[in-house]
Amino acid sequence: MSKSKQVLTEKSKQKNKKLVDKKTGAHEVEVFVMGKSYKVPAGLTIMKALEYAGYRFIRGCGCRAGFCGACSTVYRIENEQKLGFDLACQKVVEDKMYLVQLPFVPAAKAEYDINKLKPTDSVLLEMYPEIARCVSCNTCTKSCPQDIEVMKYIQNAIRGDIAKCAELSFDCIQCGLCAMRCPADIKHYHVSQLARRLRGKYLDPKSKNLLKRLKEINARKFDPEIEKLMKMPKEEIISLYKNRKIESEESITAGGD
Amino acid sequence: MILELIDGYPKYMMESIKIVEEKRERNMSKAIKPMSLKDREEILRKYHPDYMEGTRREVRVGVDKGKVFYEGIVDLLEAKPVVNPDDVDLSTVDYDVDLLIIGGGGAGTVAALFAYESGVPRDRILIVTKLRHGDANSMMAQGGIQAADRPEDSPVLHYLDIYGGGHFTNKPELARALALDAPLIIKWHEELGVMYDRMENGEFQELSGGGTCRNRLHSCKDYSGMEIMRNIRDRARNLEIPVLEFCPIVELLMDDKGQVAGGIAFNLETYEYYVIRAKATILATGGSGRLHLANYPTTNHYGATGDGLVMAYHVGANLIDLDTIQIHPTGDAYPEPIVGILSTEKIRGLGAIPVNANGDPFVFPLEPRDVESAALIRECREGRGIVTPTGMPGVWLDTPMIEIIHGEGTIAEKLAGELRKFNRFGIDMTKHPILVYPTLHYQNGGVEINEKTETRIPGLFAAGEVTGGVHGKNRLMGNSLLDYNVFGRRAGIYAAKYIKKAKTGKLTLDHLKKYNKMLEQAGIKTEKTAPILLPEYRGEMAISRSLDIL
Repeated sequence: MSKSKQVLTEKSKQKNKKLVDKKTGAHEVEVFVMGKSYKVPAGLTIMKALEYAGYRFIRGCGCRAGFCGACSTVYRIENEQKLGFDLACQKVVEDKMYLVQLPFVPAAKAEYDINKLKPTDSVLLEMYPEIARCVSCNTCTKSCPQDIEVMKYIQNAIRGDIAKCAELSFDCIQCGLCAMRCPADIKHYHVSQLARRLRGKYLDPKSKNLLKRLKEINARKFDPEIEKLMKMPKEEIISLYKNRKIESEESITAGGD
Repeated sequence: MILELIDGYPKYMMESIKIVEEKRERNMSKAIKPMSLKDREEILRKYHPDYMEGTRREVRVGVDKGKVFYEGIVDLLEAKPVVNPDDVDLSTVDYDVDLLIIGGGGAGTVAALFAYESGVPRDRILIVTKLRHGDANSMMAQGGIQAADRPEDSPVLHYLDIYGGGHFTNKPELARALALDAPLIIKWHEELGVMYDRMENGEFQELSGGGTCRNRLHSCKDYSGMEIMRNIRDRARNLEIPVLEFCPIVELLMDDKGQVAGGIAFNLETYEYYVIRAKATILATGGSGRLHLANYPTTNHYGATGDGLVMAYHVGANLIDLDTIQIHPTGDAYPEPIVGILSTEKIRGLGAIPVNANGDPFVFPLEPRDVESAALIRECREGRGIVTPTGMPGVWLDTPMIEIIHGEGTIAEKLAGELRKFNRFGIDMTKHPILVYPTLHYQNGGVEINEKTETRIPGLFAAGEVTGGVHGKNRLMGNSLLDYNVFGRRAGIYAAKYIKKAKTGKLTLDHLKKYNKMLEQAGIKTEKTAPILLPEYRGEMAISRSLDIL
């Protein structure tokens, strides 16, 4: 956070009044960044509001699209008791919102060699024994910005249902808010990482086509043909490309990024 | 002037949506035909930034002097090196390692794992990264990863798709490596524990995509990139491979034999520098979307500022294909918080049609990405788009068509991530269209490498989005996750081999002095410095009143 420009305003005194920029007529809101008052245009995300106020992020800012978990944060609206939880890159600021940055979670991770573990009923408990201390308060679920049923997957982990734990936790962006709020010091996002790896490696059935193809590649089956394409005159390969058969497909199977 | 929103949209946008709704039935019954090759060429020439005047220029300095690159990249190459060599004391080495890996995204992490497997001890490896380990475009990829593993498919066809998709400009040896290594990468992922979408018999659910002649896209729901990155990062963490976070490398180090011999790291929080000496260095700094080339919004990560291109150029490595960028036709244009973020190609694949403010279709929905983008840009330039309250242009993508074609609930089932994204802002894409505009997605070119990932400077390897040659002048979907895995792996293996024989000489930053002299001789007077490390998004008011006191 370099050289934050402080725009301390008198506006904090004018509670409940709409803030309107005299020049542009644009609607503004007042936010409190770690307690300090700033006026920012309405409609910005927490992340963009802080930048507008003069903050240049080093920590607490990543993909800016809701995938990486770098900007998970808590906030509170003035005169409300409850804390809110969200991603700074996704949540739009509201008037009289108290904002903070939580750029690092010091949660301990178990170390393991996935090749030496077995997907037993007790492996998650062995690696992360503290999950047995879950008091079912559901605070983890309430604090998840992805709306994952965190407590439910921890209950599955305790019961040894690796596959279900992996499935329920799949959309986890590993921001760590669950672990920071947990009264039992459970490291939910590390537990579910292990569950997903165990499922992917040991529980899900494997592809036979893939093994067959690898054998063919190792036997250099395709080398001569690719070699031929690499040496082919440009006009010839262009025509080959244009006339190649496109696998018929149902539109519903079209993918893409 | 407080904007009243109706179902997430301001009134004037809702009025346009009403027209879209009225014309929906007609639009669905009368499809627009694909363009002829001649029409494609013309629209690209007029509206795609790769073909337009004023987006690119010749670089006047360095090994690629006279070549044409995008303006924003030439600006960086014609800036002064950010480090003044006289400010740095090279007599004290802070980290002395065998392998320095610059970048903690996909390519860098895969390289570290395979260097370790190839015999480099873990404490002789150092990953240095600008933000957190795993903060990278690799984490954001949604669609999936290509690999020709079905009996109906073959690496030969994959090669042909890669080469044709790249307009026949790819380096053939790199395209071959990408196609032939793909199945072994998927196998490696299986062993790590990546949860690919499968059918009940264990075979992969493979999808098609623009420019592929077979269905070969392997995916992990909407989170393919995240799932792969989570697995490789967990592996690296379990092996305790050292990672230095929030310490970008700001310049490469050389030795008196003309080899790259490590780098200067800069601690973003204490402003200290560290001298890192290494027998081999792998550049894996990713792309450059945050340069906003041709003024486009971007899908990219906060740290994608093209640092690797600049550092590599300073030591004399050459760059290719940076006269093209990939813009994706359907970035989000509304609401403001998600401007530039991607709305997947699958939306059009499922039947949604782009229509203008008057509710009229104007392009075949599944043209190649560059042509589709150009058509959207034309529509907005000629005044038939919608302009949002924050000034962003866009056209409608009529998503409710999907539910009409395939039945209610299809969007929730096939596009759950997209549905969640718009729901956050009170927009129900099953009932109302979404507003889209092209967005900067991928850096097609970069530092030239060969199939061993060597650059033209000894000791410097490169992998991932920072490199050029793999995709030529256009990348196909599903080939970037594959790229960082295939070439990250190769970089780790070949760097490990190189290390066995490497002998590092006396460290020097003379290449920076030489570069400054070249700038002077080219008559370039500038106060700008590069690499820039982070984009500047602070409010204008705040910047204009900032004092440099502390």
